[in-house]
Order: sequence, then C-alpha cells, then structure tokens
Amino acid sequence: MKSKLSLGSAFGLLLKRDLILAMRRRSEFVNPLLFFVLVVALFPLAVGSDPNLIRKIGPGVIWVSALLASLLTLDNMFRSDFEDGTLEQYMLSAHPVSILVVAKVIAHWLITGLPLILVAPLLGVLLSLPSDAIMVLILTLLLGTPVLSLIGSVGVALTVGLRRGGVLLSLLVLPLYVPVLIFATDAVNTAAIGIPITAQLSIIGAMLFLALALAPLATAASLRISLS
Amino acid sequence: MRDKPTRRAFLDAAISALMPNRRDHPAITLFNGMQSETAVTHVLEARDLCCIRDDRTLFSGLNFTLNSGEALILEGRNGSGKTSLLRILCGIRLPDEGKLLWQDEDAHRIGAEFHQHIAYLGHRDGNKLDLTPEENLRIAQGLGRARADVSIDEALEKVGLYGFEDVPTRNLSAGQQRRVAIARLLITEAELWILDEPFTSLDRKGIEDVEDMFDQHLARGGMSVLTTHHRMNFELGKVHRINLSE
Repeated sequence: MKSKLSLGSAFGLLLKRDLILAMRRRSEFVNPLLFFVLVVALFPLAVGSDPNLIRKIGPGVIWVSALLASLLTLDNMFRSDFEDGTLEQYMLSAHPVSILVVAKVIAHWLITGLPLILVAPLLGVLLSLPSDAIMVLILTLLLGTPVLSLIGSVGVALTVGLRRGGVLLSLLVLPLYVPVLIFATDAVNTAAIGIPITAQLSIIGAMLFLALALAPLATAASLRISLS
Repeated sequence: MRDKPTRRAFLDAAISALMPNRRDHPAITLFNGMQSETAVTHVLEARDLCCIRDDRTLFSGLNFTLNSGEALILEGRNGSGKTSLLRILCGIRLPDEGKLLWQDEDAHRIGAEFHQHIAYLGHRDGNKLDLTPEENLRIAQGLGRARADVSIDEALEKVGLYGFEDVPTRNLSAGQQRRVAIARLLITEAELWILDEPFTSLDRKGIEDVEDMFDQHLARGGMSVLTTHHRMNFELGKVHRINLSE
C-alpha cells in the first residue's frame, strides 16, 4: 500500500501546531513579554535618574531581563504536552525525536524569544542607550536567545516528569546561561567604547551552533528518560 | 493472510449477517476495497520480559509471539503491570530484562523504524484540547505513515464525530475526546495497535464501533495488544490472553 512518510512535513506540522496553540492561548507569549518590559522599565525608577548610570547598566539590565523572561517560559515547552499525552505520541512517531525537538524549540523561540527582540530597541531608547549600542544589543539577542531556548530544552526535558521541577530547572539551566550572558553584555559594553566585537559575536555564534548540534540529541534522550 | 478469497467471502457474509443495515456504511466499503493489499506478515516477539517497579517485580520471564491477524489481551488485577507492559511493548519504557523483537530485530534498537508500525493509545488521549479534532488528526497523520485510502474526514465519520471536526476538542465530552484518539488509529498504516483500556468513557454504540474497527484491523492483517475490562466479542482472528496476576 502506498504510504508517505515525510520528515519535512512532520517538522512543519509540529511547528505550525505550536504557533496555532500560542495564538489560541495568548498568555503564553504575552506574559513573558510583559515581564520583560516591566522589569526593564522598573530599573530607572529604582536606581535614580542619572542618565550616565542608566546608560552604563542598560545593556546588562535588558539582557538579564530577557534571560529571566526566557527562563520563565521554558516550562511551557514540554509541560502541557507531557500532561495531555501528546509527548508520548511524538516519542512514538516514525521520525527521529531529536529533529522534532528542533521544531518545538524553534516554535518556542518564535513565541517567546522573537517578541523580546522586537521590543528591545524601544527599551534601549527608554534607557537612553546610543543607537550603536542598541544595534549590537539586538545582534547579541538574535544570536543569544536561541541558545537560551536550546539549552533550556534539555533542562525542561529532564524535569518534565517531576511534579515541582521549577526550582530544579533554574538550578540546572542558569549556570549554562551564564557564558551567553557574559559574552553578550561584554559585546555591548565593548562596542560602546568603539572596540570591534567580532570575537564576542563569534563566540556566541559558536555557542549557537554547538547548542543546535548537541542540545536536540540531549533533549530527546532526556525526554525518553522522563517518560519511562 | 494465506486464504484471502475464502476469508474475504467469509468476512462479507459475517458482516452482512451481523450488520444487515450497515451494508452501505462507508467504513464497510472502505474495508472491502483494501482487502487485497495486505501481503507482508509481521511478527512481534517478547523474550523473557521483566519489569521491576519500586523494587517490586511486576512480571518476569514473560514470553509470547504475536503474528499478523492476531490479538493479545492482557488481563490482571489493578497494579499487576498491564500498563507497564504496554509501555514496554511500544518502546516508551525499557524492559528491565529481556528483549522485544519486531521481525527478528531488537525493537528498541531500531527505534523510529519500529515506531512507524505501531499506534499507541494510552490512558491519556494525546489530544491537544485547544485544537480541533481535525487538526489533532492531521498532526497524528504527519507523525506516522499516513494511510492513502482513509482521509481524516472518513476517520472522524467512522468514530461518529461527523460534524464535530471544527469544534475545539476541549468542548467535546470525555467520550468524544476518546473517539478522537481512536480515530488516530485509523489514519496511519500502523500494523500493531497498542491500546490501554480503549473503551474508557465510550458509550455502547462507541464500543460496538471500536469492536468493528478492531475486527477489520485484524482481518486486514493487523495485530493488537490491549488491556480491557470490557468483554470483547471477536468475530475473527486469533485471540491470545495473558494474565499478569498469575
């Protein structure tokens, strides 16, 4: 009997499915965005109105807020799929789970990472960052937030079977987030004094490709452990 | 399927005798059309399976062989390891000892290649409640080997959800949600159905429909392992039983 088995279409379907689900449950992408904007907006109120100080801590504040917003939403990646049994169905699909995981991570990044990057320029202006610094900030966010989603997927996959995995997840994932944070904020600060930042960007880029190659495999294996 | 023509004639007779008013049901015509297509026989073999949970041995030294057209019903008390065994058989869980062979190859080692032959229906329906039944089935179709001869609409009609394809699954009753999950079995080529209490929350008509589907599946060379507290009426096929409590 003629039957078709297409990895490409499965990938597309899964990606589309997650985007449709996010559209039907708006809170999933509105909440982290709101959190991100609120945290950044609160900083100038707290540290005083000295523009130089704010300009100095601005990139760090934006990056830390983005990192925490990303951490906040990680659990959504597999939790609901685990609870309603759809995760079992993916694990039993005729396709390699690690590829399907990539679709899930991309969807997660599109839902939670991309909106942050889109509002980041506005927040940069709010913190009176110079336009060059804002450009670099966006660049580092574009390279860095996918790394956060990829690393996070491994942590979520490991903790999804636990009833209260939230704290454990942060403990597992935060140390791995730190290098991204260091190089990204360093890039923005270095750019502000006019020194080239190719080195930092290359390192974040290298992290991205390393994570893209390894994290899906680790996530697939972790999901298998969590389900059995 | 050695004696195809005789078997088909027998099937036709059985269907018309048992369901005279359902002769023109789309499911039946569909089924007649695909009789000639089954050629490959499949074998699932369990060797010395053992499952240990929280230091308790649920079962050990479990052996069985299941061929195309056969069903295996697992029986046993609550907590006797029926669900664990099903999860081992579909590859979600690894056996603590022993091996599972599909066509003489280690099922856990060939992974995805084995998975394209199975359809699993667990305790949880595996539906996304925010999606419509049609969207849910489309994903299931994409994840496995889609059947060319059964469309999503046909599958939904067969489980009695005609007209509900655009209603969010959340708004359906528990029985209807179960039916969406059951429709999933129909739209892929999976030969081995692994069903954990498939009749949960189904009404009498639903149970009859699933029994029909089941007979048709076995008749076209499919196989199944299932747990159920419902006494099933099999018309065809060979049925094995294993009691895990003994």
